[in-house]
Amino acid sequence: MGIRILKAGMLTTVQDLGRNGYQSQGFPVSGVMDHRSFMIANLLVDNPENEAVLEFTLIGPTLEFTADTIIAITGGDFQPQLNGKPAPMYTAIYIHKGDTLKFGSARTGSRGYISFSSYLQIPVVMGSRCTNMKASIGGFKGRKLQDGDYIGFRIKRRYLPFFLSRKLELDEFDQEEATLRVVMGPQDKKFTKEGIATFLNSEYTVTSEFDRMGCRLEGPYIASKDGSDIISDGICMGSIQVPSHGKPIILLSDRQTTGGYAKIATVATVDIPKLVQRKTDHKIRFKAITVQEAQDLYLKEIKELNKMRKQIHRPCKEVLECRQTARRVRRLFEA
Amino acid sequence: MQNIKILTAGDSSLLIEFGSEISPEINRKIAGTVQLMREQHIEGIVDTIPTYCSLLINYDPRVIRYEEMKNRLEALLRLDIKLDSGNRTIVEIPVCYGGEFGPDMAFIAEHAGLSEQEVIKIHSSKDYLIYMLGFLPGFTYLGGLDERIFTPRLANPRLEIPAGSVGIGGSQTGIYPMDSPGGWQLMGKTPVKTYDPNRKEPILVEAGQYIRFVPIDRAEYDRIRDLVERGEYECVIHREV
Repeated sequence: MGIRILKAGMLTTVQDLGRNGYQSQGFPVSGVMDHRSFMIANLLVDNPENEAVLEFTLIGPTLEFTADTIIAITGGDFQPQLNGKPAPMYTAIYIHKGDTLKFGSARTGSRGYISFSSYLQIPVVMGSRCTNMKASIGGFKGRKLQDGDYIGFRIKRRYLPFFLSRKLELDEFDQEEATLRVVMGPQDKKFTKEGIATFLNSEYTVTSEFDRMGCRLEGPYIASKDGSDIISDGICMGSIQVPSHGKPIILLSDRQTTGGYAKIATVATVDIPKLVQRKTDHKIRFKAITVQEAQDLYLKEIKELNKMRKQIHRPCKEVLECRQTARRVRRLFEA
Repeated sequence: MQNIKILTAGDSSLLIEFGSEISPEINRKIAGTVQLMREQHIEGIVDTIPTYCSLLINYDPRVIRYEEMKNRLEALLRLDIKLDSGNRTIVEIPVCYGGEFGPDMAFIAEHAGLSEQEVIKIHSSKDYLIYMLGFLPGFTYLGGLDERIFTPRLANPRLEIPAGSVGIGGSQTGIYPMDSPGGWQLMGKTPVKTYDPNRKEPILVEAGQYIRFVPIDRAEYDRIRDLVERGEYECVIHREV
């Protein structure tokens, strides 16, 4: 009654929105890298906002289902195949017991997500089901998935209303460059005027040192006033720290809670997916916006997600037309 | 409010800077602020990270926007933050020093020009303020190590240090909360689990409390370890007013 991992892929983990409330004790938040793809995957199958999903990276997994369920696949295009035939993305898919779902490598983007209407049988540890690989807690046995692992389902849910309406427009991940909007600070004052100008007007390249902890960029040197060491303070999702080598490091889901390098700026929440879906050698630019603008963008995205939720809860055109025809036919008989 | 700055850290976090030095007074002020925030229960706060001289606050802009959050915090910081001055919570951590648990004890003693017994006496005769936790779940940044036993880190970090190991790294001392690579000089081991994911409170101590190392022998180590394994051990905690 669940899924068997025939092939685990490169890095497949159970994730949700993260383990909040324990950072003061040194626990990283973890959680999904691309919150937007995660939220769309869950809403397509009427899951609660924070239900656990599988996140996979660059090379996707192959799964065998041992029970009927409904799934949705979002994020980068990993060329999913259901029993050997292309499977649609951003669409609720009915899965039969015995089906095999196979992902290839990421044609676009670098991270993909699968949600399950039957909920993964993963215990809640400290308020979350997400995997913290460093502390070996949460998720499936505190680690990334391996070939042969088996995860059960918590419930049976094989019916969703308005099933045919459950498809959304695909998000595009094929760009090889991205402009990330950032809010300056908290330690932008540690950098020279020229340093800030370099940061905002240069093109940076994603290096191969890019994992769930963070993304190192290569590019022009960002000058600080008197070194970039600070007394260790807290780090948040998207913090851009610039150590003395003058190159930005953007901190992501598995970031350490504290660090001793000055942080020039923070990536706007809505632009985090643009970064985490990039690959090595892709280009990054930064654009400064105000904190109010960044929050407006985030609230706009939440509204957009709510609109999607409404959209998939209406009868689709094909069904509506059938209903009208049926009504006309019935009137004919009644007359 | 003097010298306290509220800085933006993106669209979902704020950073309150209380100063730019490491001192017990600033640290107490931060602990007091965290306490006050808990009491006032500001809707929308998701998490907090207190550190040496700042406090990072994660909040949900769906619940509370930046301006309002900043106003709430400014109002809160205007309040006389109770420093609980003199109120100290001291958690006793039993440590079996030297021998197989403290492979670097001889080096620490030699480096200090002291006997192992003197090193143990110096290390265990002080209460260490927990300034912050970070780096690893439950890893404590302690202040107050006696200069006489400052010891440089290992040139070649060990790949695996067992949980519970107590060591010195430069001017710092602390306990490894979990098996981890590390470069500190190991002087002993505690049978107490400072981190246990299966416990109701996974982390034993919190920032603002003090740690007192208490030397124990091997027999006592084994006795306590058995109690810990059965979930029956509780650390001795002193509350000094």
